[in-house]
Amino acid sequence: MAFHVRKEGDVTVVDVDGQLIVGNRQELKQKVLAELEKGERRFLIDFSSTGYIDSSGLGVLVSLSKKVREQGGELRLSSLNEDLRTLFELTKLDTLFRIGTTREEALQGF
Amino acid sequence: MNTELVLEIPNDVHAIEEVVRYVVEQCPCCEENARKLQLNFRVGLTEALSNAILYGNGRDPSKRVRVEVAVQSAKVTARVTDEGNGFDPTAIPDPTLPRNRQRVGGRGLFLMRQLMDEVRFNERGNSVTLILRLPSGNRLGGGVEA
Repeated sequence: MAFHVRKEGDVTVVDVDGQLIVGNRQELKQKVLAELEKGERRFLIDFSSTGYIDSSGLGVLVSLSKKVREQGGELRLSSLNEDLRTLFELTKLDTLFRIGTTREEALQGF
Repeated sequence: MNTELVLEIPNDVHAIEEVVRYVVEQCPCCEENARKLQLNFRVGLTEALSNAILYGNGRDPSKRVRVEVAVQSAKVTARVTDEGNGFDPTAIPDPTLPRNRQRVGGRGLFLMRQLMDEVRFNERGNSVTLILRLPSGNRLGGGVEA
């Protein structure tokens, strides 16, 4: 599992490869916060290559979204498969995030 | 098919992914129950293990977590037991209420209850039993609602 960070224009895109769970959530948090510290304000976390997310993974997304907002930025999500979308809908976190069906859709109008 | 597994795992969150992968591999997988195993059971067991390690055993590396799994053709039963003093599962607030949605934590037990067919705690509150019924071959196995 890994988190790949890259830039698309002025958006920092993080690809989640594998699982986002209690065992690796801190790694994602540190990577995003490091970019936030550098001055980045627009973030997209893409789940095209993600197997599953547990409650700790969902929690870290909530935490990061708050921290980015506090700095005047925005964190969006994209490419949730059916299972991941189910988890967001069950927990009603789909109401908290702007979620693009595709990465391109999420990047539009950022 | 009946399979019984008993695992004693270290109190380390990094062990969870491998344990869950191993247990799911022991379960009967066909088209009808694939999603229930890959989503419901995987997430439910992950939540039970992380609760045991983080809260039950309080991250104490000297403690262990016991995992007992019974795999049958019609259902999978997993019991996760920690060495802690237990907790009151009725005291966990609903994380889907608007006032709770911005909270970082508090979704683990909710997800277990949503994704598994039965979730039972022992009286002490340090052992949780998860039951997932597997769909029969003649109907579709919905991942969440079943």
